[in-house]
Amino acid sequence: MVIVDRHKCGHCGACVAVCPVYAIELVGTWIEIGEECKECGLCTQVCPMGSLEVGT
Amino acid sequence: MKDKYDLIVVGAGPGGSIAAKTAAEHGLDVLLIEKRSEIGDPVRCAEGISKEGLRQFIEPDKRWIAARTKGARIYSPDGTKIEMAEDMAGSEVGYVLERKIFDRVLAKNAAMAGAEVMVKTRATSLIIEDGFVRGIRGEHIGEGFEIRSDIVIGADGVESKVGRWAGIDTTLKLSDIESGAQFLMADIDFDPNYCDFYLGNKLAPGGYVWVFPKGKHEANVGLGILGSRSGGMQAIDYLRRFVETHCPDGKILEIIVGGVPVSAPIERTTASGLMLIGDAARMANPITGGGILHAMDSGMMAGEVAASAISRGDVSVKALEEYETRWRSTIGAVIERSYKVKELFMGSSDKELNGLAHTIENVDFTELTIGGLVEALIKKNPKLFWELRHLF
Repeated sequence: MVIVDRHKCGHCGACVAVCPVYAIELVGTWIEIGEECKECGLCTQVCPMGSLEVGT
Repeated sequence: MKDKYDLIVVGAGPGGSIAAKTAAEHGLDVLLIEKRSEIGDPVRCAEGISKEGLRQFIEPDKRWIAARTKGARIYSPDGTKIEMAEDMAGSEVGYVLERKIFDRVLAKNAAMAGAEVMVKTRATSLIIEDGFVRGIRGEHIGEGFEIRSDIVIGADGVESKVGRWAGIDTTLKLSDIESGAQFLMADIDFDPNYCDFYLGNKLAPGGYVWVFPKGKHEANVGLGILGSRSGGMQAIDYLRRFVETHCPDGKILEIIVGGVPVSAPIERTTASGLMLIGDAARMANPITGGGILHAMDSGMMAGEVAASAISRGDVSVKALEEYETRWRSTIGAVIERSYKVKELFMGSSDKELNGLAHTIENVDFTELTIGGLVEALIKKNPKLFWELRHLF
């Protein structure tokens, strides 16, 4: 599962745009990661704030 | 809120608001929804726009123009300056917007044209029947709803889901998205007459740094790096590093971040009962990352096509082909050739960038646009840009 550091996140939605399995949603001012997540890590690379991490 | 409209526009950025206004002016019953509680805020934009481009859509108003600029200065990694500016005193070629106000004025104009507007309202899925999009399901301040419509326009920005729900894959590769960060800075020294751009693989790999004036001693200082080249450092880290060396005493009034699509035109932007516009349709310019004008332009086209399709009683993907044809021959052509330039430049080393800058250092630009810049580069470096010779 990808973990979002909500204190770092700038809620810009860049991660949503690159997710190949549509697992991420920008809901107003926070990010939600769905169970579809395959832990590919693409979102962690595009995040301008470095607020995403592939965790366990 | 009614339970049926002719058209629902998802997203009240500049594209969505122009689409809603255009459709309402053509007599459609329109609902414009925005998931945030405030239209235009937080901003995810460097806010620069060409004066001529903007005037096609709205008369400039000092309420939402933060600064007027007479041109651009581009700095190569070794500091070589390329100036593209209007020489005459007082002449202006560009504006730096106050998007928070600009976006709200555009939404107000849509409302005044007759569109209904709902904020803190997000779409969560599409109603799809017999292969046609027939409305949306969503939430308004936490309450679920279902609203039907003949057409839905997806203007839901870089994080767009509307297209995906209808089976249009808008996923961006890491090499087709810029990861951006920006500080609104005060108490810094710079020339407020210019938009400045800094190139270099150390400063912003696969992108550039911008300093856009927002008034005296106040500027948007930001950068974009290509998603595929983030390599351990994120956009915000590169920005902190730039600011430390270039304006260490400046004060940061805002921190904003964003993703900018820099892809080639996507394969489809329509389905039966659906059109995508602006960033949701990946229409930002792949060289500059500028997206406001393409968003407004595509919004206007989609609004017009929605009106004519509904008046004919045919909203099938075939009837909406008119929208595909129109945007591809205009916006699409610009994106297509800009993408080729982007791909060619993307691999350039700092040494190569410096070399190119030296060849056009003293050029008098006839046209103060990216097209004018690329044209000059091709002219001075014909062999290098052989593949681009017919494009500009």
